[in-house]
Amino acid sequence: MAGHKTNHIYSVSHLTREIKTLLEERFPFVWITGEISNYAAPASGHSYFSLKDAGAVINCVMFKNQKRALKFSLENGLKIMGLARLTLYEPRGNYQLIFEHIAPEGAGALQKAFEQLKKKLDDEGLFDPVHKHPLPYLPQKISVITSGTGAAVRDIIHIALRRFPGCCLQIFPVAVQGDEAQEEIVYAINKVNYLQQADVIILARGGGSLEDLAAFNSEPVARAVFASQIPVITGIGHETDITIADFVADVRAPTPSAAAELVLPEKNRLVRHITDMQLSLSLGMTQKLGFLHQKVDDLHSRLKSPAQIMANFKQTLETCFFRMQHALNRRIFHGRDKLSWISQALFRAAPKVRGQQQQVDDLQKKLFSATKARLDWRTNQIRQAAASLGALNPASVLDRGYSITRTIPGKKVILDAEQVAVQDPVEIILSKGRILTRVERKIDGKDHI
Amino acid sequence: MAKITFETALKQLEAIVKEMESGDLTLEQAVKKYETGVEKVRYCMQILDSTEKKITQLTRDLDGSVTEIPFDHE
Repeated sequence: MAGHKTNHIYSVSHLTREIKTLLEERFPFVWITGEISNYAAPASGHSYFSLKDAGAVINCVMFKNQKRALKFSLENGLKIMGLARLTLYEPRGNYQLIFEHIAPEGAGALQKAFEQLKKKLDDEGLFDPVHKHPLPYLPQKISVITSGTGAAVRDIIHIALRRFPGCCLQIFPVAVQGDEAQEEIVYAINKVNYLQQADVIILARGGGSLEDLAAFNSEPVARAVFASQIPVITGIGHETDITIADFVADVRAPTPSAAAELVLPEKNRLVRHITDMQLSLSLGMTQKLGFLHQKVDDLHSRLKSPAQIMANFKQTLETCFFRMQHALNRRIFHGRDKLSWISQALFRAAPKVRGQQQQVDDLQKKLFSATKARLDWRTNQIRQAAASLGALNPASVLDRGYSITRTIPGKKVILDAEQVAVQDPVEIILSKGRILTRVERKIDGKDHI
Repeated sequence: MAKITFETALKQLEAIVKEMESGDLTLEQAVKKYETGVEKVRYCMQILDSTEKKITQLTRDLDGSVTEIPFDHE
């Protein structure tokens, strides 16, 4: 079998992969301790460094996600203890440790105790926001539990008097470090609650190491803060120090000064605010009254007296009368106009009648003259006829020498000789007298005289 | 006026001012609000001014009781 191996030729990748498998199977997770060197943190957010001891060096990396859980910064020279996976990076052919967790070596015990207590109290619900009391808006008396000497108490008094001159502070001096601290703080919190004088508690301490802050990380203090019926605000250490008491407190301020600022409002601003509102009230009232005054004046001016109402009626009446009169006048004028127009039209039509009358007159005259003419003509005719008739009268013929011969008897006018025989008596009628004779002879035929 | 907190009085005052500014009140209501408002102002100012400058210190006696004495912070 060994002989086979010596003849086998690996490719670089193949061999590297086999080594990688071998390493990762043999060392899946390792706890390792050493000192950081060649530390580099590029923009990617990952950290690259070497871990070394007196005899050897290993390349290491800690990715961004795992770094988030760290409560301290990695730096050169720092001795650490951590949990890592061993892996081989094939493109470079080097092996490295990928850290999952890193803790500073030595600080471990206290830190671990802190984490454990924190987890325990958190699990019990001591940090639950539902248990947090609100701070009073304007505390009447503030109990300050802190060291009677030192910067913290001075800072608090200074800030408190600056923000609210005349505020009431009650200092409860306690040891803030050392063996006594824990018991004194617990006693003070309980006592302030028992006295019922203050309406808010400031629990404060200046900055210090994790060891210095031990009392504030203790379970009895945490439970006393939790049990306090009076709201507790903490101002412990510096910005970056967070203690168990901070988690339990109703409000956590980053520093003692900040605690004083959070607890007390600025008196100046309050006074200004109230003064402004007082002004608004007065102004509002003045405006309201002014408005109502104006409204009443307005209504008053619109209120009508009976005399005014009468005057209005009178005016209405006059207007009506005037309109009536006007309407009547207009109507008369219109009628007159129409009449004039019609009479003019009539007048224009009049000449035609007169013409016709003339015609009638003319015709009448004509009729008269025509009748007269005809009458004259007839009269004349009659007169002529009478004349003619006179001429034809037998008597007149007789006057001119003619005579009429008539038979006797019979008295017939003899126009023919035949009518008589010889010796017949005849009568001759002359113009004057008659002759009775006898026919002597007769001659026939017609002989002219 | 029953004893109310400064904050309550302040909020009532703010509400009154807001109501007065809205202008929907009758004259009687406005006058009443105004009087109440002025009362609140007086009350608030009284609280602001009543807290005298007083810094004390509690000392723990041997028998376990505490005594309040002036605190010398100068």
